[in-house]
Amino acid sequence: MAIGKPKVRGPRKAVAKGEVVQFKSLIKHPMESGLRKNQETGQAIPAHYIESVTVVYGGKTVLSATWTGSISKNPFFSFYVKAAKTGDVTVTWKDNQGKEFTANSSLKVA
Amino acid sequence: MGMNKEQEISRRSFFHKVGTAGVAVVAAGTTLTSAPRQASASAIDALVAERLGAGDVAYEKVLIDTPPSAENGALVRIPVSVDHPMESDNYIQSIAIFVDNNPKPFVGQFDFTPESGRAAVECRIKMAKTSQVRAIAKTNAGKLYGFKQEIQVAEGGCAG
Repeated sequence: MAIGKPKVRGPRKAVAKGEVVQFKSLIKHPMESGLRKNQETGQAIPAHYIESVTVVYGGKTVLSATWTGSISKNPFFSFYVKAAKTGDVTVTWKDNQGKEFTANSSLKVA
Repeated sequence: MGMNKEQEISRRSFFHKVGTAGVAVVAAGTTLTSAPRQASASAIDALVAERLGAGDVAYEKVLIDTPPSAENGALVRIPVSVDHPMESDNYIQSIAIFVDNNPKPFVGQFDFTPESGRAAVECRIKMAKTSQVRAIAKTNAGKLYGFKQEIQVAEGGCAG
């Protein structure tokens, strides 16, 4: 199964300073909880899930998340950021096998 | 003796019916099922305390805006929001999500700053079966707010 292809999307047009804007993110990931078994072999499928997500804007972590194998596969995640100045909103996903994924969306503040 | 045997049989047939109609019984919340559900609730309370600190949860201000039933337990939409200011000295610091009947009830936690602007996120979660779903929010002062809703699951998602 494909893993990665991280995406984050916010407003395309410039927003006013102080406006609270929504961002949507998506990444391909199996989000295996470690609790499932292979139907044919009976062997446990090893846990493989994203365990942390951080959102950095203006050089500061404005939001972070701790996830488990109970988040659905190919996780969608939306959140809000308060517009302060033009800059990137960067989302970083880290999984329990040490892989890291990053995606950006530039926020224009008028 | 004969009387006892009759009772025994009727109890068995009752339990048999309960077994086949378990979901309906849970939904109805009869006295029969209340004991284990309470035990489960206190286990959840312990998990909440572990994640967010001990304290009474006021069930207000928080909302999970999702239908009371889900077709597919592998993908249940959880848009959660807290009606609370996000000011530098008065804001929502965390929201944690729990599914009582999942093998591992703690699903995830979101930590905010005043720069988040709004304590609201949407994610999608797995539910093994019909369950109470809770979102518990903590303010920067440590006060706990919450929301709980039972979500019926038609088909369980791969063991959360």
